Amino acid sequence: MKFIQGGHRIIFFALFSIVAVIYLARLFFLQVVEDRYKISANSNVLRRITDYPSRGLIYDRNGKLMVYNEAVYDLMIVPKDVKNIDTTDFCKLIGITIEDFSKKFQKAKIYSPYKASIFEKQLSAQTYASFQEKLYKFNGFYCQPRTIRKYPDAIAAHLLGYLGEVDEKVVERNQYYQMGDYIGISGVEQSYEKELRGRRGVRYALVDVFNREKGKFEEGRYDTISVAGENLSLTLDAELQLYAEQLMQNKLGSVVAIEPSTGEILAMVNGPTYDPNLLVGRVRSKNYVTLLKDTLKPLFNRAMQAYYPPGSTFKLTGALSALEENIISPGTSYAHVFTVGSKSVKCHPHPPIALEGSIQYSCNPYFCNVFRSFVESNKYGSSENGYRTWRKYVNSFGIGVKIGVDMPHELKGLVPSVEFYDKIYGKGRWKASTIYSLGIGQGELGITPLQMANITCIIANKGFYYTPHVVKKIGERKNDTRNLLEKHFCLVKPQTFNVVIDGMQRVVEAGTARNASLIKDSIVVCGKTGTAENPHGKDHSLFVCFAPRENPKIVIAVMVENSGFGATWAVPIASLMMEKYLLDTIKRPDVEKRMMEGNLLPDYYYRSLQLQQQKTDTAAIAKKDSLLVVQVNTSFGKSSSYNGKAKP
Amino acid sequence: MRRQRSIFQNIDWITVLLYFVMVIAGWLNIYAAVFNQQHDNIFDVTQNYGRQLMWILTALVLIVFVLVIDGKFFDAFAYVVYGVSIISLIAVLFLGHEVAGSKSWFRFGSFGIQPAEFAKFATALALAKYLSTMGIRFSETRTKITCVAMIVIPMLLILLENETGVALVFSSFVLVLYREGLSGGLLLLGVLAVALFILSLVLPKMTLIIALSIIAVVILLLFRNKTLVLPIAGILILSVGVVFSVDYVFHNVLEKHQKKRIDVLLGKETDLKGAGYNLNQSLIAIGSGGFCGKGYLQGTQTKFDFVPEQSTDFIFCTVGEEWGFIGSAVVILLFLSLLFRI
Ligand SMILES: [Zn+2]
Repeated sequence: MKFIQGGHRIIFFALFSIVAVIYLARLFFLQVVEDRYKISANSNVLRRITDYPSRGLIYDRNGKLMVYNEAVYDLMIVPKDVKNIDTTDFCKLIGITIEDFSKKFQKAKIYSPYKASIFEKQLSAQTYASFQEKLYKFNGFYCQPRTIRKYPDAIAAHLLGYLGEVDEKVVERNQYYQMGDYIGISGVEQSYEKELRGRRGVRYALVDVFNREKGKFEEGRYDTISVAGENLSLTLDAELQLYAEQLMQNKLGSVVAIEPSTGEILAMVNGPTYDPNLLVGRVRSKNYVTLLKDTLKPLFNRAMQAYYPPGSTFKLTGALSALEENIISPGTSYAHVFTVGSKSVKCHPHPPIALEGSIQYSCNPYFCNVFRSFVESNKYGSSENGYRTWRKYVNSFGIGVKIGVDMPHELKGLVPSVEFYDKIYGKGRWKASTIYSLGIGQGELGITPLQMANITCIIANKGFYYTPHVVKKIGERKNDTRNLLEKHFCLVKPQTFNVVIDGMQRVVEAGTARNASLIKDSIVVCGKTGTAENPHGKDHSLFVCFAPRENPKIVIAVMVENSGFGATWAVPIASLMMEKYLLDTIKRPDVEKRMMEGNLLPDYYYRSLQLQQQKTDTAAIAKKDSLLVVQVNTSFGKSSSYNGKAKP
Repeated sequence: MRRQRSIFQNIDWITVLLYFVMVIAGWLNIYAAVFNQQHDNIFDVTQNYGRQLMWILTALVLIVFVLVIDGKFFDAFAYVVYGVSIISLIAVLFLGHEVAGSKSWFRFGSFGIQPAEFAKFATALALAKYLSTMGIRFSETRTKITCVAMIVIPMLLILLENETGVALVFSSFVLVLYREGLSGGLLLLGVLAVALFILSLVLPKMTLIIALSIIAVVILLLFRNKTLVLPIAGILILSVGVVFSVDYVFHNVLEKHQKKRIDVLLGKETDLKGAGYNLNQSLIAIGSGGFCGKGYLQGTQTKFDFVPEQSTDFIFCTVGEEWGFIGSAVVILLFLSLLFRI
């Protein structure tokens, strides 16, 4: 600076100062003297309004509406704009007390004085209408339209899932969501969230001092149009679903029905269930807590998450694997007893038989022997390798692996690994006779009802399944979000199935499931009962079946906890469903009445009291005898299965 | 050791303070301009204000770097830097990325570099180096011509890139030259030329020519000096030439939107939906600020950043609206003080 000649320096500064003074003078005039612009600004406030798209509707396979939207309105507040309002009138309108008002107002102010936040959630359409009339009196408030879900038939709660507000974690992970948005939390609402939600739009509106919208900002140049969510058509048959839910009321367990030729899930029922309308709107969180505390666990999706020992139904898988590996042939028979050391597995008296008859009579010693023949076969060199091969077969039936159903939180089931047994018994210190209970579907096996149904699909299809799924169409197009056209083959070849299917037909026609026969209507039903003995209460009743035998239309798996023999509860429930679906009439109203009115809950209450005791016992029992292993999957805290010897 | 100490002793701490006050004020106001409830973290780098912070920090590193480097470095590399920036100005004409009709950016993924910005600094550096070279005296005509050439070359290149605004910044180098001893008359002449230019846009050609003629006659009559006749006549003819060429350029060379912008700027046209929209919105925003302003983040007129320039070219609206006359005045005074310090 010192280089600058004095004169020039002064002119230099003067020049800048003059410019600055001109600016300041202009600003003073503009900001302090003139008030034209303040008036313009008042009628020219911009408001950013979110346009929430309507969420896609959900229909059943026959186009029956299962889920729709009802309009509600969130009352929004911008605390700094709240001036001179008649609080009494306001509170009366929306039905809150003056104390509530000041509490909510303080809360909103603490959140932010200038940002909009929700003052009162989900006003009904009527409240909104009367409020809207007086809106001009309530500066700082406005309504934001939202929708909540409604379920006309109140069925399929677990399958449909529910919505909830996004939490901070979701907002952080996914740029799309903002606080206050709703998101699918379970079921179809979760797995098809992207299709259902559509795309949110934003509108910029000019609003005057009286809270009235004056029009679009710059002709809507910055607005983004919201895109409505896509409607879904489910594979579910709402009528069958409703019927199965009625049959399962006051019972614990699950029913899964699948169309084997497509993998389409026709019904998926949990007992107990709940009314999905309970988990919407302002009452959602209160009801959620109540449901969560219920010892019957109505929120638990047993169909996909409960592990049950498959019991005798598992004999089918064992027979098919052994046949395929040429361990047995259809003519193979064994001595009618299975002995391990001092213990032996016995059976009730029945004529001496080969494979088909053993399925018909569900002969325990026979299948223990089959299992031993398999695992100890010279083919594999060691029982370790034998077991590995056996396990590979079981896995190929979709057990112990996820089958990829289009709903969240599917569990893969339990099939113990070689390492698991090495850990319990020591390497090389176990063999088939140590773990023979696997051969009759007991022991450490854990299978979900969905998997039981899927295994039955494989048998019905003679060797393959399509991934079970619940969404048939998205909008007007076929569900293309997953590969639903791919056949998944198991390791057993088609021709191997015939003898096992013969056996299943005899189970229904002359065996343990005669109640399920539809032979009078010339429909051949094939099935297999199962019962898992439960030392803590009555046994679990189990039945898997498909019909008709040729070109099967439906596969059903029924699991009723603590209900005794398979034939008592599971068989009639499945057979009534088949009647309903295949014949569309119920010809045995007495059986229907008995099923619907049957109440199997008290036992459960009694048993749930013992749950704590039982959990502490588990570890001790596990080492003594694999037959007496109790699996309580603590990580989910929801599934439990019980040990015991299989019965027919 | 001695050199290190001298670096920090030589720092003009008041300038540094002014710099930081302005940088932080700028950042906070960008935040206010872009502010949207969904992204309210001021450090969010997906938003303009987050990126601004990144640039501020980058600049800090550069400042420290520049301070630590010996002055001789700049002395040695001044011409090299100038040369490189001229080459990149030429290169960008061929390889640049076209944005809204101007081709002045190199794009590297999501990252952009505008050589014109570097040219400003490079030109200043080269000019300083040239004028401080032994034996160069500004009073010599050769020196003056060289200086003007050094400024005009990058300026023309930038004009070719269609970045008229940046090119105009180069005319401020005239002030630097004036400080270095350029005669006041020349500066006055420049100011008059600009005035003539603007007047020829505002007033009809013939009115202006007649007015100029009258002024010439009045001057001649006042001074009654025959030796003045020729120069005055010369200047008059030159001025008329300027008037006509400005008129020609305005109507035949400039693009329609450029013409419109100039018209609006000069108040000849009030187009509230198109080019005048931003102007009118800005007036409303600044005007509604009042004496004390609406308070930080309380502005209603300049939110949401839908005008793409809201957080850059039109940032003063946010200042005016939220901080009122007091805030605006402080900003102007801050700029003035900074100018006085350097
Ligand atoms: Zn037997």
